[in-house]
Amino acid sequence: MLKLFREKKSAQLWGLISPGALWILLFFNLPILIMLFISFVERGRAGGIKLPPVYTLNNYELFFNSCASDFAGVDCNPLLYLGIFGNSVRIGLVVTFWCIVVGYPLSYFISKQKQVWRDALMILVIIPFWTNFLVRTYALKQVLATEGLINTLFMNIGLINQPFDLLFNEFAVVIGLIYGYLPFAVLPMYASIEKFDHSLMEAAADLGAPPQRAFWRVMLPMTMPGVVAALVLVFVPVVGAFITPDIMGGGKVEMIGTLINRQFGVARNWPFGSAMSLVLMSLVLIGVIAYFRSSSEETRRAM
Amino acid sequence: MASSEFAVEMQDVVKQFVTPEGGILAAVNHVTMQIKDGEFFSLLGPSGCGKTTSLRMIAGFELPTDGKILIHGKDMSQTPAFQRPINTVFQQYALFPHMTVEQNIAFGLEMKGVSRVDRIRRVGEALEMVRLPGMEMRRPKQLSGGQQQRIALARALVNKPEVLLLDEPLGALDLKLRKEMQLELKTLQREVGITFIYVTHDQEEALTMSDRIAVMSKGLALQIGVPEEIYERPATKFVADFIGETNFLDGVVKGQNGTTVEIDLTGSGIVYIESSRKFTNGQQVTVAVRPEKLTLNSEIKSGNNLKGRVEEVIYIGTDTHYGVRFPGGHKARIREQNVTVAQKSLAKTGDEVTMSFTRTSPRILTE
Repeated sequence: MLKLFREKKSAQLWGLISPGALWILLFFNLPILIMLFISFVERGRAGGIKLPPVYTLNNYELFFNSCASDFAGVDCNPLLYLGIFGNSVRIGLVVTFWCIVVGYPLSYFISKQKQVWRDALMILVIIPFWTNFLVRTYALKQVLATEGLINTLFMNIGLINQPFDLLFNEFAVVIGLIYGYLPFAVLPMYASIEKFDHSLMEAAADLGAPPQRAFWRVMLPMTMPGVVAALVLVFVPVVGAFITPDIMGGGKVEMIGTLINRQFGVARNWPFGSAMSLVLMSLVLIGVIAYFRSSSEETRRAM
Repeated sequence: MASSEFAVEMQDVVKQFVTPEGGILAAVNHVTMQIKDGEFFSLLGPSGCGKTTSLRMIAGFELPTDGKILIHGKDMSQTPAFQRPINTVFQQYALFPHMTVEQNIAFGLEMKGVSRVDRIRRVGEALEMVRLPGMEMRRPKQLSGGQQQRIALARALVNKPEVLLLDEPLGALDLKLRKEMQLELKTLQREVGITFIYVTHDQEEALTMSDRIAVMSKGLALQIGVPEEIYERPATKFVADFIGETNFLDGVVKGQNGTTVEIDLTGSGIVYIESSRKFTNGQQVTVAVRPEKLTLNSEIKSGNNLKGRVEEVIYIGTDTHYGVRFPGGHKARIREQNVTVAQKSLAKTGDEVTMSFTRTSPRILTE
């Protein structure tokens, strides 16, 4: 790559690369630096920061000890924010798990169809992307509501007397997130499974492996790159999600995303919001890198 | 184990597929064959003849639509592949790319629950057998085509199967390596004494390696026999044409005197051919005779001698081929071996020549 730049055509290459590079620099890298700065200063009275800036580590301290605030009461729970973070990771893992468990067989099924059907089914998977995420989430809310589709249906056919509490709880948030992020799991897994050489399953059967063992020993390891990609593509955004927990949880399910969102809104605590964003980013990054490190050998093999 | 003298029996096996157009295609159409224990048996035919489908049914990857498949006398028509005492060497080898050579070869043993120590020992032995010792830690990608082929063979044979199926295993190798592997496979088969069922479209390969051959076409087993039988006494025009080269001379039966059949090659002459079969006068037949059994300009007493004109002469080193046309429109190719350096061409294009063959050389074919 570097060699290419040294050659004559380097000017053209830079010409092609610079719009994208500039975009990332200006709107991704620079804002992170600004956030980093904000996270180390005291908050302003009506949002923003105190001017001239007063440097402090209190924003980070607050995340690890929620009582390190002037407003902390006597019954303050110092692990409040860490608990919310832990909750987010747990929800992230649950959602990722289900997206993969539901998405894998779906991807497999689609990959086994004839070309025409495969294309049609993949379009069906992708179509939701064309609809506004907010609209879809509100629509799902109507399905789960007390007088929504499911409860009305079950009440009318006499299966239940009391409507289920399907909304404004963690269940609703998890359902909402699975619903929203399933396509992100299907796409990379489909790509992997579609490339998989099914004669290897025949080879495994020929050597005495029953279908389940053949799957665990041959097919899953070989399609692992797709599963890992799905894991990252779903887990990372879900841990930081805020729209879905807000709408489906009705303010009762706190996730790190909703907490951060609130700091830039009603709580008007930009520095604390920035600090939490950066902590979230670093922890997720570390987690993903650690995962890649531990599985890269297996992943490389499979590819 | 061997409750029958046959390793594999196909009894009136039918396999139908639904075509994309919605029709039904019989890939295998009422095939019956018996493969003896310890035999090197080849399924030979052009692509689409049903040989691979037959093999896949024996392996258990496809279930027959009708008929039975017996393995050592036991009906296994509906037994899934993983429960059959059979292993396969696949055309593209189908080695597991995410496993080492050792893990690949040990896979079958592991499924059987063989202990780790025994597994390692037997993998070592299997690698010795295919002459690739010390390759345990390599990955399939790091091996050449020929090496992958041997690993695939080791992976199958290490399980000591009752029957080994080979689906054109040498197809991807270059000619020289293929010839080497043919001999090696044959030797290996004799050593291990396992029944080999070998699918190929290469007639020379089948003749070289097999104890017996089944020639297939359009889902039918046209002829089953030892190589000599298939070559010298082909049952149908297709077999005669597919195995080696054959001249076909169409004619009509004029009469039969004991075992001698008189056939009029309309316009090209009358020939007398020995056959134990009965023919009726006026019956349309084809006289099939191999190019190497024909001679040019050296008449055979009490044989058949036909006059024709040379149309082409092709020198190919070991032999010279002469294309001869006869007055009735029949054409034949004569193969003369170039026994001495001094030997001159026996004839040149346009020459009037006599083509001769004995009464026992040809076969009379009716289908």
